[in-house]
Amino acid sequence: MTIPVSISVNGRRYDREVEPRLLLVHFIRDVLGLTGTKVGCDTSQCGSCTILLDGVSAKACTCLAVQADGASVTTIEGLAGDSELHPLQESFWNKHGLQCGYCTPGMILASHELLRCNSDPSAEEIRHGLEGNMCRCTGYQNIVRAVRDAAETIQGGTS
Amino acid sequence: MSASTFGSGIRRREDPRLITGSASYTDDITLPGTLHAALLRSPYAHARINGIDTSQAAAAQGVVAVYTSADTEGEIAPSPCAWLLPDSGLTIADYHCVAKDTVRYVGDIVAVVVAETRHEAYDALDLIEVDYEPLDAVVEPKKAAADGAPQLHGEIAGNQAFHWTVTGGGDIDEAFSEADVVVKETIIQQRLIPNAMEPRATLASYTAATGELTVWNTTQNPHILRFLSSLVIGVPEDRLRVIAPEVGGGFGSKIAAYPADFITMFCSKKLGAPVKWVESRSENYQATTHGRDHVQEIELAATADGKIKGLRATVWAGMGAYLSTAAPGIPTILHGLMLSGVYDIPAIHEDVYGLYTNTTPVEAYRGAGRPEATFMVERLVDLLAAKLGLDPAEVRRRNFIPKFDNGHDVVTGLTYDSGNYDGALSKLLAESDYQQLRAEQAEARKSGRYIGLGLSTYVEICGLGPSQVAGAIGFQGGLWESAIVRFHPSGKVHVMIGASPHGQGEETTFAQIIAGELGVSPDDVKVIHGDTDNTPMGWGTYGSRTTAVGGAALALAARKIRDKAKVIAAHLLEAAVEDMDYDDGKFFVKGSPDSSKTIQDIALMANVAWNMPEGVEAGLEATTFYDPPNFVFPYGAHLAVVEVDAESGNVELKRYVAVDDCGPQINPVIVEGQVHGGIVQGIGQALWEEGVYDDDGQLLTGTMLDYALPRADRLPDIEVHSTVTPSPHHPLGVKGIGEAGTIASTAAVYNAVIDALAPLGVEAVNMPLTPERVWRSIQAAQGRN
Ligand code: FES
Ligand code: FES
Repeated sequence: MTIPVSISVNGRRYDREVEPRLLLVHFIRDVLGLTGTKVGCDTSQCGSCTILLDGVSAKACTCLAVQADGASVTTIEGLAGDSELHPLQESFWNKHGLQCGYCTPGMILASHELLRCNSDPSAEEIRHGLEGNMCRCTGYQNIVRAVRDAAETIQGGTS
Repeated sequence: MSASTFGSGIRRREDPRLITGSASYTDDITLPGTLHAALLRSPYAHARINGIDTSQAAAAQGVVAVYTSADTEGEIAPSPCAWLLPDSGLTIADYHCVAKDTVRYVGDIVAVVVAETRHEAYDALDLIEVDYEPLDAVVEPKKAAADGAPQLHGEIAGNQAFHWTVTGGGDIDEAFSEADVVVKETIIQQRLIPNAMEPRATLASYTAATGELTVWNTTQNPHILRFLSSLVIGVPEDRLRVIAPEVGGGFGSKIAAYPADFITMFCSKKLGAPVKWVESRSENYQATTHGRDHVQEIELAATADGKIKGLRATVWAGMGAYLSTAAPGIPTILHGLMLSGVYDIPAIHEDVYGLYTNTTPVEAYRGAGRPEATFMVERLVDLLAAKLGLDPAEVRRRNFIPKFDNGHDVVTGLTYDSGNYDGALSKLLAESDYQQLRAEQAEARKSGRYIGLGLSTYVEICGLGPSQVAGAIGFQGGLWESAIVRFHPSGKVHVMIGASPHGQGEETTFAQIIAGELGVSPDDVKVIHGDTDNTPMGWGTYGSRTTAVGGAALALAARKIRDKAKVIAAHLLEAAVEDMDYDDGKFFVKGSPDSSKTIQDIALMANVAWNMPEGVEAGLEATTFYDPPNFVFPYGAHLAVVEVDAESGNVELKRYVAVDDCGPQINPVIVEGQVHGGIVQGIGQALWEEGVYDDDGQLLTGTMLDYALPRADRLPDIEVHSTVTPSPHHPLGVKGIGEAGTIASTAAVYNAVIDALAPLGVEAVNMPLTPERVWRSIQAAQGRN
């Protein structure tokens, strides 16, 4: 049995027939071929699959594709929009906020959510805000620096 | 400009593809017609298989094939162990890729389903009927060695895989009988689960018409995987191409060649179609190699004024149900030979028993043997300090090997390259304001607060290593590295290396090496790695060896280029070669720098070859195979400051200060990142992480929900400092840095917690130091149970 869904991803609408059990993350990766979103666990712990669902961060492995019917999704591939890089991407690069890069798409989108809710977070607030995203490489310190840096850039740009 | 890029913290060129989601990891690659494999793994830690019925699974929707050992027998050889530890009575049990009649750990592979989609493959697994007859299991290494323990492999007595010893220096018994003081401890170096964020995966694609097999795999060492795969599945090495695409961390868990990889290759060969297997995280916990798992009984002999006279230890190392690719060398060569640490120890003896247990195979995990050695030594030194009422820093100072620049022999048989251990400790004490911290600790104790300071002064062996030594210690491969440097006509450069970085940033640092040696912009250098068809042979990325060995190969290849370029430049400037000078990418006659040829001029001329010196070949390219004359020995001194809440047992890590010496730093920002990540993994071992089996061999920490990985909110900022002591034998003087943090930090944090608990009478707590364990140990010490 399949069910029709219409999901807009990074500004483009996709109409597809999917199995009811298909996870949104597999819809994004396997059906649409957008592999920037990663799968790091099977218990919704790691945060590698974090995306924006109607502008709010969500773990795409905790959501069925059919639940996202009619929604609009942003993945790492679409985060920068028309610019080359989003300030968060730029800051992760500048502050060495990644090593193997596997956690990075999820980490950047989780950071996006953090800054959406708190545009000027302290290092401690950043650490708290990202506790649901695992990184085995960086020890998190440069991720915290990167998010701080991005917050400053974004504030500088809007004030 | 360009020469100065060596040593500068430029941004990584790897990052743009990683931060935009454009990088391709193994699971991101799908070929037309790709089939999907799922593995049926044993739910029992030890059981006889009386029968398997796959008929329903085979008939299920989308299923293309189901294979059991009946199909793989004779087609897939046993998964090889490639470290044949000499003089240890090593006995290697056959590791059948698909279990034949007995399963020996939860996760042992029993059958494979290949289907059109991943979901269909997993659905069909549920339809396979296996008739298991459960057997008694043993999970702890010391128990596996005991009389009457369940036996894993009938032909191997007492579950003993090997018994290895190291003895060096003076008479060890005499050292102990004549000692003024002896301190002892039993340490459980708990089992750890590496948790690279990218789970393991293989995509294999076989073309029957050509007999060629291409394999994409999450490996740290594609050339070794090609070599072993050719032996195991019988595709000749020249027809086998292994590609490590983007790899999401390894930490040792992606060194081994795994049964799952060979099975996926077999399926593709059998079906003539691409087949992909991707492990789930839960499967990763069960079946990707674990680390550590030692029981250590250790003791130290010393004089009344704190001079160490001898160190003696017995270690029971759990190897899991089978010996993984490099496993026997980890708790032995990489562990026992490092027991002198940074100290002058006149007599050392260690027995290491490697035991088969009904658990996931144990392999290298970041640090691989060296954290387990450092922990032992650093614990003993702290115990000695406590016993003598001396400050731990003082006891260390009384025993440090004095500063040396060019070789120091320790009694285990190694020659350390260079070190200034007292220098590192002094810097640490100054940077952390140690005296002040001690004063604050004393103050806090008065008001019932338990603050602890923990030191760890370490040296580690890395940059593995001279191939002659590899042969002597039974490593079934070489340990050299290779590099090809190729200048194109426009002066742009390709570098091909045999090593295979997977997050460490060598695409950037290796471009910096070329920039430093040849005066080109690092932006003009592309570093190619990970594909056996277009890189020279190399032994892989582990043991902090990529920069230490591969970087040396690269520097020497660059110098060959420079030598050839100089000959061509002399010809073009009509000068004698001896009269030529070189500076920052320019060749000129001594004293006339204004009339020069750039390396780009020479690259163009060498490529068009219109006007070459007599007898000089066209092209500007060089290859080097670099076999290091010795290992390298990075070192440092770390301090952890903790506060323990005696009411709850909670440990708060308040400060962490590190001084590391890896020689000159090619890119200090990348070095700092390695230090951060390494330290946090070691903190994880001290405070949170443990792979737990119950007595029946069920893995209780089998998901990310149950296994406590370090999280962002539980860590302080790490304060990173360094000293610079070049390695005397390395062309760039550099040492490795990938594992140093992990090797040092577990002991620092542990020592700090014990220091904090000293007023409460607690002397030891088994790791990880969870609130419950700490609280219980306080209760026990206070007689409250
Ligand atoms: S894949 Fe781990 S939280 Fe979604
Ligand atoms: S960069 Fe590798 S897991 Fe975060």
